[in-house]
Amino acid sequence: MTEPLVEIRGVSKRFTKRLDVAGKIAQRLGANIREETVHAVDNVNLSIQKGEVLGLVGESGCGKSTLGRVVAGIHPASDGQMFYGGKDVATLNGTDKRAATLAIQMIFQDPFASLNPRMRVEDIIGEAPRMHGIVSKAESAEYVDDVMRKVGLDPSLKRRYAHQFSGGQRQRIGIARALAVKPKFLVCDEAIAALDVSIQAQVINLFMDLREELGLTYLFISHDLSVVEHIADRVAIMYLGRIVESASTEEIFSDPRHPYTKALLAEAPRLDQRRRDFAPIEGEIPSPLDPPSGCTFHPRCPVATAECRTTVPELKAGRGGRETACLLEHAETV
Amino acid sequence: MTDTVTDHSLTTAKSPKVETPFQRFRAEFFESRIATAALGIFLIIVLLAILAPWITPQNPYDLGQVSVMDGRLPPGSEAFDGYTMWLGSDGSGRDLYSAILYGLRISLTVGLASGVIALLIGMAIGLVAAYAGGRTEAFIMRIVDLQLSFPASLVALMMVAALGKGVDKIILALVIAQWAYYARTVRATALVERGKEYVEAAQCLGISRSRIVFRHILPNCMAPLIVVGTVQTASAISLEATLSFLGVGLPQTEPSIGVLIANGFEYMLSGRYWISVFPGVALLMTVVSINLVGDHLRDVLNPRLKR
Repeated sequence: MTEPLVEIRGVSKRFTKRLDVAGKIAQRLGANIREETVHAVDNVNLSIQKGEVLGLVGESGCGKSTLGRVVAGIHPASDGQMFYGGKDVATLNGTDKRAATLAIQMIFQDPFASLNPRMRVEDIIGEAPRMHGIVSKAESAEYVDDVMRKVGLDPSLKRRYAHQFSGGQRQRIGIARALAVKPKFLVCDEAIAALDVSIQAQVINLFMDLREELGLTYLFISHDLSVVEHIADRVAIMYLGRIVESASTEEIFSDPRHPYTKALLAEAPRLDQRRRDFAPIEGEIPSPLDPPSGCTFHPRCPVATAECRTTVPELKAGRGGRETACLLEHAETV
Repeated sequence: MTDTVTDHSLTTAKSPKVETPFQRFRAEFFESRIATAALGIFLIIVLLAILAPWITPQNPYDLGQVSVMDGRLPPGSEAFDGYTMWLGSDGSGRDLYSAILYGLRISLTVGLASGVIALLIGMAIGLVAAYAGGRTEAFIMRIVDLQLSFPASLVALMMVAALGKGVDKIILALVIAQWAYYARTVRATALVERGKEYVEAAQCLGISRSRIVFRHILPNCMAPLIVVGTVQTASAISLEATLSFLGVGLPQTEPSIGVLIANGFEYMLSGRYWISVFPGVALLMTVVSINLVGDHLRDVLNPRLKR
């Protein structure tokens, strides 16, 4: 196996809401308040090979967007290390650090909020390449035209503002902005969830064309299983801040191992089954403020044992060499 | 770079008309007749104030042109020098029409200067608070809270009492009384903008923090700032008039609108209404027109209030 393009080891991200002065006084006086910590991402390992599309799937609130932002360098990780091209990103500085920052770009969910409403398209796309000296001022206009054509936008519209475009066009502007700094790796955070279905297909095709043309690697975050099945090479399933299963797309969809994956796939609407009744996974997703002990899925798991309540399962190879974070799967190898 | 345009390039121009945000804003602003009229009145007032030396019969600051013989003449009387005093004269023989226009020069200068300076200072402090966070932010915002818990006129009064008279000192006092409004507005807006995805995108693109603050966040904070700026400028003008009326603002020899109103106050009960009323009307028109423009700006610039 070659060296992964991007690898994260033991990455956690916690958000803590600190108490203000009034809160501290109230706490002293016996009020039932405390500092609240959300474990948005909890000890996650991932590695992504060059040219690969890794799908990251999970319910809302499971921390997949936060993980994407940590990978993209927007949020610093609370714990753990991130490697780009085999080098720990935290130890880089100067030119290397900038190169690593620019190599990993993000495509956002909301094509309305992710474009600065006061800037023209040519500046949205051209600002970063000009600033980093990727193109000179004189060549900038030509360069922006090139990038716009590449994502299927008419360069004659570059004097416009973002609000003058439709949702799909705006998403293309967001993609052009990322491509303008010549990235190697794109983190797509629900990048098509806010678009109409017809536009979704166009944008997915654009992603796939760009992958072939520019040799891009993707971390594709989505809650939409059908989209992930369509474009991902490998899928990681996330539940409450942890990866519970990771395998090739084919394996996950044909033979899910983790009980959560099974439940998730069983309920996905499919054309070939046309079931009318859905049996949702029992219970609500627990609050990440106060996650369950042991395996975080045990309160909703149909096959949980007493051990699941106390022991935290690691993500490791179990039955048939498949990576899951499930004690039962691990036990069956022994 | 190759320009491979594949089958996903369905994107073409929808309409050839390109409307900038400013053009749209202008069209929406002039939809309101009241706001348009208010803006017109304000511009006329500014024009009259600027042209005062050329369109008034008397320079009220030049004691050689002011005659005590003309004191307290009713509107329409003929002055000693032969011109008609359409708005009458005050106790020291100043032609009120001339005095009002000259007074407006001072009032508008004080109002606009203190407004702009307070805006710049408040904007800088508010941005620092939003950007720094933590203790710095808490410290700055508690000062702002403390100051806003006093009426602005009281703060200005205390400052003038400490600083003394004069146009520069009045401006300083008004800046000290008003910066906090701007700081609070900028901080609140900047905090909202900072959380938006376009800021995250800029971080991701490795754009420097100062550039993000000044080129990405600040332009998006301008709309509420402009609104607060107009309202606070109007309030600065009336604050200056208040201070002058109370006798702690500008000196008698260079009457601002507030001084003129104060001068006429003692004659009110003897039926010589014009000495106070005409400067009062001028002040009212100025402040109300600025406020109307500011109110309508807020409606136009705030998308949530759009019909």
